[in-house]
Amino acid sequence: MSVEAPAVLPNRRGALGGLSDTFWRRPRLLVLLLLIPAALWLGVVYLGSLLALLLQSFFHIDDFSGLVVHELTLRTYAELFKPQNADIILRTLAMAAAVTVASAVLAFPVAYMAARYLRGAWKVVFYLAVTLPLWSSYLVKVYAWKLILAKEGILTWLFGVLHIGPALDWILNLPVIGGNSLSFSFIGTFLVFLYIWLPYMILPIQAAVERVPVNLIDASADLGASPLKTFRHVILPLALPGIVAGSIFTFSLTLGDYIVPQIVGNGRLFIGQVVYTQQGTAGNIPLAAAFTVVPIVIMGVYLWAARKLGAFDAL
Amino acid sequence: MVSAVSLQKVSRHFGLVKAMDEVDLEVMPGEFFAMLGPSGSGKTTCLRLIAGFEQPNAGHIEIFGERVEGVPPYRRNVNTVFQDYALFPHLDVLDNVAFSLMLRKVPRRERHRLAEEALDLVRLAGYGSRRPGQLSGGQRQRVALARAIVNKPKVLLLDEPLGALDLKLRESMQEELKALQKTLGITFIFVTHDQGEALSMADRVAVFNDGRVQQIGTPEDVYKRPVSRFVADFVGSSNVLVPDFVYWIVGEKRWASLRPEAIHVMAAGAGASRMTGTILSRSYLGPVIRLLIDLNGTRLHAAVPSSESVPAEGERVTIGFAKDAIHLMEEGEK
Repeated sequence: MSVEAPAVLPNRRGALGGLSDTFWRRPRLLVLLLLIPAALWLGVVYLGSLLALLLQSFFHIDDFSGLVVHELTLRTYAELFKPQNADIILRTLAMAAAVTVASAVLAFPVAYMAARYLRGAWKVVFYLAVTLPLWSSYLVKVYAWKLILAKEGILTWLFGVLHIGPALDWILNLPVIGGNSLSFSFIGTFLVFLYIWLPYMILPIQAAVERVPVNLIDASADLGASPLKTFRHVILPLALPGIVAGSIFTFSLTLGDYIVPQIVGNGRLFIGQVVYTQQGTAGNIPLAAAFTVVPIVIMGVYLWAARKLGAFDAL
Repeated sequence: MVSAVSLQKVSRHFGLVKAMDEVDLEVMPGEFFAMLGPSGSGKTTCLRLIAGFEQPNAGHIEIFGERVEGVPPYRRNVNTVFQDYALFPHLDVLDNVAFSLMLRKVPRRERHRLAEEALDLVRLAGYGSRRPGQLSGGQRQRVALARAIVNKPKVLLLDEPLGALDLKLRESMQEELKALQKTLGITFIFVTHDQGEALSMADRVAVFNDGRVQQIGTPEDVYKRPVSRFVADFVGSSNVLVPDFVYWIVGEKRWASLRPEAIHVMAAGAGASRMTGTILSRSYLGPVIRLLIDLNGTRLHAAVPSSESVPAEGERVTIGFAKDAIHLMEEGEK
C-alpha cells in the first residue's frame, strides 16, 4: 500500500522555498523589493539631476567675468523673453506642433487598419514595417534624408521626371518655410522629424484602437450613426488617449532634438541647439538650464490641457 | 396584416459553416417573440441579420413590409440590446441613452429630457451623471435597454440580455421586460438559450438547431407538442422515448416524448402497470424531486411533488402514465 500524502506538503526547496513562503505571507514585502531599484533610479538619478538642472537655471552668469554667480535670481529666465530667444522658443514650438499634428493625421489610418483588419502574420509584418526604421542609426537616417532632399537629390529629380518641377519651385518660394532647396528649409526639417518620429505615434494609436471593442462600433451603427459619425463620436474619443500618448513622444522629442535641424534646415536655431551651444562653447550653464525648463513646462501645460479636454476620460 | 419582421428562405454561410439555412420566420407587430436554441444554432446570426450587421447569402428579409437587403444598420429603425450591453465608456449614462437622439440632432435639453424619461421607465431615474463603469451588471443592462427604446424603434432586438445576471435579478428583469413590452407596444425579438426564459416571456417561440428553425409556436405548443426529438429534449427536458419502446406501449414505431411530471411513481407491485424499475438517483429541486429511473435499460426522468413520499435511491418502483401523455413525434427506424 502506498504512503498517503500529508495534508500539508513539506518545504523541500530550502532557503529559496522559505523566501517564497515569506513573500506569499507578506506580499507587500515583494512589492517593496521590486520598487526599490525603480525608486532609486527615478527618484535619485533622474529626478535628482533634473532638480540640479532646475537649480542651475536660477543662477545667472556675470556679463564681465563670464562666471556663474551662485545666487538665486530670475534674471536668466528674463533672458528667455528677449526677442532672439523668444523666437527660438516659438519656432521650436511651432515645429513640434506641426510635426505632432502631421504624424497624428498620417499615423491614424495606418494604426486603424492594423488594429482592425490585420491578423496573425500580417500583424507581424506591420510591426516589422513600422519599427524597421528604428533599427538603423538615427544619424544615418538623417544624413540619408539630407541626400534625398538635396538640390541634386532624388526628390528634385523625381519632380523633374514627372514634369512638376515648378510645383517644387513654388513650394520652395513660400515665405518662411521655403528655402534654397528642401534640405535647407523648414519643410525639410519638418519632413525629417515627421519620418523619424512617426513610429512613436503609430504604435500607441494602434494599441488604443485595438482596445475599442467591436461591439461599440456595432452599437453606434445600430443607434443610427453613419461610419463617419461613429468615427467622430465613438472611435476618436476612445482612441484619444493613444493619440495623446503618441503626441507626447513626437512633441517632446521634437522639442528637445538638436541634430536634425543642424543637418537639415536653414540654420535658424531650435531649443535643443541652443542648449547644446550654451552649455558647451558658450559656457552659459544657467541659460542652457533655463532653455531646458521650457519644454518641461510646455509638456506640463500640454498634459494639463489634454486632461481638461477629457483626453483621458476613456482610460 | 403586414409582418413586423419576415424572413423568407434566408441563409447565412460563413465559409462551409451554415449558420442559417433557409430560415422562414414571421414575427407579428407587437409580438414578444423568442428565438431559442443552443449556442451555435443560428439564433444570434438571425438577430444580426435583422439588425443589419450581417447580410444574407440568400433569401429575403422584410421589416414592416420593406426589403432590407443592402440597407446598413444605421438606416434601419431597429435597435438592439447587446449581450454585453456595449455601453460607451467615455459617455455618462444620460449621454449613452441620448446617443441616438444626439445623432438625429435633437436639441440638448430635449434629448436629455427624453433620456431621463427612458431612464425612468427602466427605474434608473437619477443615475444619468454616472459612468457605465460605476454601475452594476443589472443597472448596465437597464441603461442598454433605455438606450435602445429611447428612439421608439419599430422592432427591439434583445441578444441574451439577461445572460450575465444572477438568477434572482434575471427573474425580476423577465417580469419587467414583459411589462415594458406591454407598455411600449413595440415588437420584441428576444434571443436566449434558456428555455425557461423563452417559455415564460414569449408570445411565440422559434426553436433553432443547426441553423434551422425546428418549430415555431406558442410556449405551450412547443412544450407540450414538440415536433422533433431535439425540441422535446431541449425544451422542457422531456423524456425522449425510442421507437421500440413506443411501439411496445402504443403500437406505433415512432419517436415520442413524455414529460417527467406525467409519470406516476408507486411502490413496487402497486397499480395495474407492468413497468417496474429501479431508482438510480434523486435530486431535490424544491417543489419537486427529480428521479432517474432505470426501466430494464430505458432511463426515464420523473418529477414527483416533494410533498409526496418519495422512494429512496436503489428502491424498486412501479411507474405508470396515461397513454395520451405520450406525445408522438417523427417516425423512426431505430
